[in-house]
Amino acid sequence: MTNPLQDVLKSKVILITGTNTTANHPIIANYIYEAVQKHGAKLIVVDPRKIKLVDVCHMWLRPKLGTDVAWINGLMHVIIKENLQAQSYIDERTTGFEDLKAAVARYTPEFVSDITGLPVKDIIETARLFANEGPGSILYAMGITQHTSGTDNVKSLGALSMLCGYVGVDGGGVNPLRGQNNVQGACDMGGLPNVFTGYQPVNDIGAQEKFSKAWNVDALSSKVGMTVTEMIPAAGKSVKALFIMGENPILSDADGHHVEKCLTSLDFMVVQDIFMTETAKLADVILPSTCFAEKEGTFTNTERKVLRVRKAIDPPGVAREDYRIICEISERMGYPMNYAHASEVMTEVNKLTPSYGGVLYSRIETTGLVWPCPTPDHPGTPVLHTKAFTKGKGTFFAIEYRAPAELADAEYPTLLTTGRVHQHYHTGTMTRKGSALNRLYPEPLAEINAEDAKIMNIADGSYVNIISRRGRLKVKTAVSEMTDRGVVFMPFHFYEAAVNVLTNGVLDPVSKIPEFKVCAVRIEKAA
Amino acid sequence: MNSVTLTIDGKEVAVTKNATILQAARSVGIKIPTLCYHERLNPIKSCGMCIVDIDGSADPVPACSTPAAEGMRVATHTDRLIRLRQDSLKMLLENHPLDCPVCDKAGECTLQDLVYELGVKDITTHAPRPSTSAVYATTLIKYWPQRCITCLRCVTACKEIKSIGALEMKSTEDGFNQLSVNTETCVSCGECLQVCPTGALTENISRTKGRSFLVKKVPTTCSYCGCGCQINLNVLDNQVVTITGRDDAGINQGSLCVKGRFGYEFIASDQRLTQPLIKRDGKFEAADWDEALDLVASKFTQIKNEYGSDAIGGLASARCTNEDNYLFQKLMRAVIGTNNVDHCARL
Repeated sequence: MTNPLQDVLKSKVILITGTNTTANHPIIANYIYEAVQKHGAKLIVVDPRKIKLVDVCHMWLRPKLGTDVAWINGLMHVIIKENLQAQSYIDERTTGFEDLKAAVARYTPEFVSDITGLPVKDIIETARLFANEGPGSILYAMGITQHTSGTDNVKSLGALSMLCGYVGVDGGGVNPLRGQNNVQGACDMGGLPNVFTGYQPVNDIGAQEKFSKAWNVDALSSKVGMTVTEMIPAAGKSVKALFIMGENPILSDADGHHVEKCLTSLDFMVVQDIFMTETAKLADVILPSTCFAEKEGTFTNTERKVLRVRKAIDPPGVAREDYRIICEISERMGYPMNYAHASEVMTEVNKLTPSYGGVLYSRIETTGLVWPCPTPDHPGTPVLHTKAFTKGKGTFFAIEYRAPAELADAEYPTLLTTGRVHQHYHTGTMTRKGSALNRLYPEPLAEINAEDAKIMNIADGSYVNIISRRGRLKVKTAVSEMTDRGVVFMPFHFYEAAVNVLTNGVLDPVSKIPEFKVCAVRIEKAA
Repeated sequence: MNSVTLTIDGKEVAVTKNATILQAARSVGIKIPTLCYHERLNPIKSCGMCIVDIDGSADPVPACSTPAAEGMRVATHTDRLIRLRQDSLKMLLENHPLDCPVCDKAGECTLQDLVYELGVKDITTHAPRPSTSAVYATTLIKYWPQRCITCLRCVTACKEIKSIGALEMKSTEDGFNQLSVNTETCVSCGECLQVCPTGALTENISRTKGRSFLVKKVPTTCSYCGCGCQINLNVLDNQVVTITGRDDAGINQGSLCVKGRFGYEFIASDQRLTQPLIKRDGKFEAADWDEALDLVASKFTQIKNEYGSDAIGGLASARCTNEDNYLFQKLMRAVIGTNNVDHCARL
């Protein structure tokens, strides 16, 4: 996020898209409600599902799945046509405005309406509302990124925000809501194939030298590695062994049958986890690790705030902390790693990572610190890009709409989209182990549009088979107005109806994110 | 003028214009007792605890909702005010069962604390209300109508913080006020539990309920979504028995969601992995650490030697700590020698 969580309280207009915030980031949803109901902010929801926040919004746009670039270009078209853009901000702080202007020229409300199914007047009204009522904040989540056009979608939202002069101001910004507790931190720590910690490129000579010296090794590979969505298809081919720590790709990756086939063709697979996950079952060795209540360390939340994690209880059996297991393996491979406490690991991170330079354990005892925080006396940086963009000038990218990789056709006439429900988390490994959350949401439900259900003669609570080109599953239905005509929604928490056997593994060319949010399926009444 | 100056208990206090008397008093460390007042909620004014005297007004006024005014003179602890507060507490106790010995909330009950602090004595107790069996607010939250002092904090928090409004105070046939829940809209987030000043709302999950003076409270960060809510793990006998929201002005301000508050049972699940396992002939067998780690290290070394470093890939984890992830990528890069390291950020 460019701005802090509570910044929406300073927004006059809030645009949320591709995030069912009430279900997946309930605490952020609290602040959105407060902004709207106490401070009079205007809320715009752009989502194909009738999510909870629609109840309090001023505008709800329900575009067809995967048409995000089109509606964003449409809003920008109207803003430029009516001269509502923040021209002095654009002149001072950005480049590429003329390219953008030329690119969105043909995205008239009528043209966009044809692609997205949105009413012309809603497009115009939303554009005016967003541009005129600043500062405006944009919040998005996986509904924007899990598309073959995910990178384009994000760039387009960035352009919309810059066009109105909202990046780098209180109550503004472009704010991805990250779905996992430490997905920000895992990226920051170099858990990515192209960068060391703090996004220092592996193919940068300076970074290479710095890390090889600090780590006391002759040389480090400068070849950018494979992403998870590339490693798995390469399993059994160029990739012979995988070490998987705390992940469950059998359920979390697209096209699950294919993932399983790949993983079983490995020579050797190690899984380090707290439960026997669907992925762990395929491992050669399983190493039992500790959960968050059993270890010391830090998580970095979605607003880049580094927060303490503390050990409250001893782990079960002989399970060990993840980092200690890693040290043990390393030592046995001839490279001793000695850290008496997690804080000593952070000390090493401080030295090697400019943005984490001042994030000391002694400073985050009671509350966290927001990176960039380069020195021990730096207060942290809650809002990014306040005076200038980190890289200098903000660039407008001229982006054309591309349709999703798989569209509905005669054989697979319905579109499937996926997500989470309020009561469960990700692949359900944790939330489905206890009784509490299962009492509230015990089994998978496929949301089907009420009118569609009527035509197909499907009763609420009856079972259907959902079939895609990649797989099929049987699931109970929840008939409602949540989804649009021709759209079915399924959560991905449930191994017994693993929706990822249906989803399309085709990737965004840049981010390598699969298109979980759109694929074509056929629904049949189950016998 | 954006500030006003007033005198509280003889002390001069300057505050911003819209501040209340209560906020003004707190800003200089003058403690006015409160019960229904909650920082995040609009004043409820149901309990009569925070009353103060102001010059020129015969009747006391509630400090929580009366704005501070220029030149105002406020007294917070006159004999009359103390007596009135004691009377208010006595009225609450007339219908509140003194079942503190068996109440989950004993030790962190605001009512209990105030009765103690104000030295309330000579309590008349009415015959207890006809014992309605415990009403379940939801499957996860238990409501004890007799303990409820109808302060309306829960009702207000559900509406103002969560924007749900699932709770309502309704009068029953026998003339008492009782909480009722709309099960259609309630999402069991437990915000009502968090703000309840007494034991009227308690958690309905774990059998062992650690009381506040018995549990060890460990401050930490929630491990579900990316909000990073600040929580306390309440620990008894090496077990997390409850989770409570911890006030962090920058993040959750004490609030939690259903997963953060109630999704802790997995920690003590009997399905947890407790020892290393090695697969032999398609079946997992228990192994000790040395055996498992030796095998992992030797296989990685062998594959690296045979096929090169890039034949090994590693998936770090968005669920693990920064420190775990840092060492994981260090192992992959410095020891195994590959940049094939990624995690589930994309999924």
